[in-house]
Amino acid sequence: MTVYFLCVVLLTMGLYCLVAKKNIVKKVIGIVIMDYAVNLYLIIIGYKTGGVAPIIEADMPLSTLERFVDPLPQALVLTSIVIGLGVMSLMVAMCIRLYEKHGTFDMSVISKLRG
Amino acid sequence: MNLVPLFVAVPLAAAFIIPLLGIWWKKSGEVLAPVCTAALAIMAIVQTGAPASVHHMGGWAPPVGIAMVSDGLSTLLLIAINIVAFVSIIFSLKYMKVYTGLTKYYALFMLMVAGMNGVVLSGDLFNIYVFLEIASIASYALVAFGVDAEELEAGFKYLILGSVASVMLLFAIGTVYAVTGSLNMADVAREISVRFGTSMNPALLLAGAMFLMGFGLKAALVPFHAWLPDAHPSAPAPISAMLSGVVIKSLGIYAICRVFFHVFGVASGAGGSVIYANSMIAFAVLSIVLGGVLAIGQWDYKRLLAYSSIGQVGYIMLGIGVGARVLATGGQLSVAALAILGGLFHLINHAAFKSLLFLSSGAVQHATGTRDMKQLGGLRETMPITSWTINLGALSIAGVPPFSGFWSKLIIIIATIKAGHFVIAAVAMAFAFVTLAYYVKVQREVIFGSVTKLVERAREVPALMYVPLIILAIVCVGFGLLYPVIGARILEPARDALMNGTEYIQLVLG
Repeated sequence: MTVYFLCVVLLTMGLYCLVAKKNIVKKVIGIVIMDYAVNLYLIIIGYKTGGVAPIIEADMPLSTLERFVDPLPQALVLTSIVIGLGVMSLMVAMCIRLYEKHGTFDMSVISKLRG
Repeated sequence: MNLVPLFVAVPLAAAFIIPLLGIWWKKSGEVLAPVCTAALAIMAIVQTGAPASVHHMGGWAPPVGIAMVSDGLSTLLLIAINIVAFVSIIFSLKYMKVYTGLTKYYALFMLMVAGMNGVVLSGDLFNIYVFLEIASIASYALVAFGVDAEELEAGFKYLILGSVASVMLLFAIGTVYAVTGSLNMADVAREISVRFGTSMNPALLLAGAMFLMGFGLKAALVPFHAWLPDAHPSAPAPISAMLSGVVIKSLGIYAICRVFFHVFGVASGAGGSVIYANSMIAFAVLSIVLGGVLAIGQWDYKRLLAYSSIGQVGYIMLGIGVGARVLATGGQLSVAALAILGGLFHLINHAAFKSLLFLSSGAVQHATGTRDMKQLGGLRETMPITSWTINLGALSIAGVPPFSGFWSKLIIIIATIKAGHFVIAAVAMAFAFVTLAYYVKVQREVIFGSVTKLVERAREVPALMYVPLIILAIVCVGFGLLYPVIGARILEPARDALMNGTEYIQLVLG
């Protein structure tokens, strides 16, 4: 239970970083922290103490089969990391472009739109 | 032959081939993208008559394999997405000439279409997330395509908020998986109804709240709308038309409908469904009020349209939410059917007239160089065709009787009254008049009035730009006048698919 709680704490830290920081690069870092908190959450869902890789062989004892970890969350996390990479590179690219336009990373200087 | 996988495969392949050919052949996008979207639009129209079907990817049957499910609701969205994509691409051919890097534009556009088609066809929660991310990433890049200060800022804002929504969704999907041990939507739905019945599971309630937040942000419902009024006006006009016309609906409204009606079993009164339905209605009313109030004061034509999108999405959500509430509390089935039909009808109407209005704003900007309504006026003198299409679109969205927007709003308001929510119905009715008010303002400031200096110099846009406007205007009028055809062929199958959760489970799991 504690690990789930810590996971949510990490998620909230990322959200705080995103909301409170004015520097857009720090905002990007906040998003990445949130992303990884959720990845960690998925990993914990599939975690099993003393688990083994789920590869079936011909003459496997039942005790080994029971110790198989659930491979699905790991597949989800792999996909999610790849998506996260795509989003992050787009974010960083936009940060660089914004810096070229304004000469600063400060959101309060950049921000002209009313929302 | 089964067309369902092609809806994703064709645009995905096009998105790959266009930039590849673009290295040697500069016009690859301008040739391939219209051909692909035309094919997709024709396929979507063909698909309307087809019965609900399930395609097993790679031959693995669900719940182990990934399924693509095409039922009435998916078909409705496919029609909207692919037709709007086709007209937007045709409009882009001339409009986007002033930009550079056009092969990238067309590739991203096709990627966005692939993502949206994937979302509406997927039968698997995690696949919905993946396709949603494909569509979102493409749309973030497209919003910032102009790479001016304003576009970049709007794109960045959209990107940050969209990423928060994605994190919420992934968290919710993980929670659902932890509770039910499956990701196939039909399998999850069966598991939830068998294990929990009408009792409430707190973990699922958390997941439901996260889903509502994540998809609500993509749909720009009011507490989560902050990105839309910046992103939609900053994007190039065809992209604004796509974003307002179909992206917020397929990634937001459709996903809310699918998840809450078919996975969480709101329609069959599963645990917590009244809470979900009430929050849908609350977000809807907030959107209607705030979208309407903020739209009146806008002088930027595209910004006014963007705020109006928030309000109109509120109407769609109101229809769906009232239907969900009636079903969840065990009310009359006919009232729920009416409310949901109204919501879905308004969805497809809004796709038609809002993309028409955004494309027309692009035409106006192309011809006059401004979208400030104070500098516009008397457009009917110099740009008669564009003016007429703006007129038709504005009359439809404002809810003037023979046009489509009137019927869908009328159905939603009647259903709300029948369900006993008199105050909400009164608010919805009052803000229908507010909608009328700000579109009268558009007409007065843009089309009629004295001819300003900028408009005097303007010429009617070329045929490649006004033909898409005419097509959409015909669609707007057609939806209003030919309801019996549209209703029986597209809307009623969608409504029935949405209301029968058990049928969906049977369809997928056999």
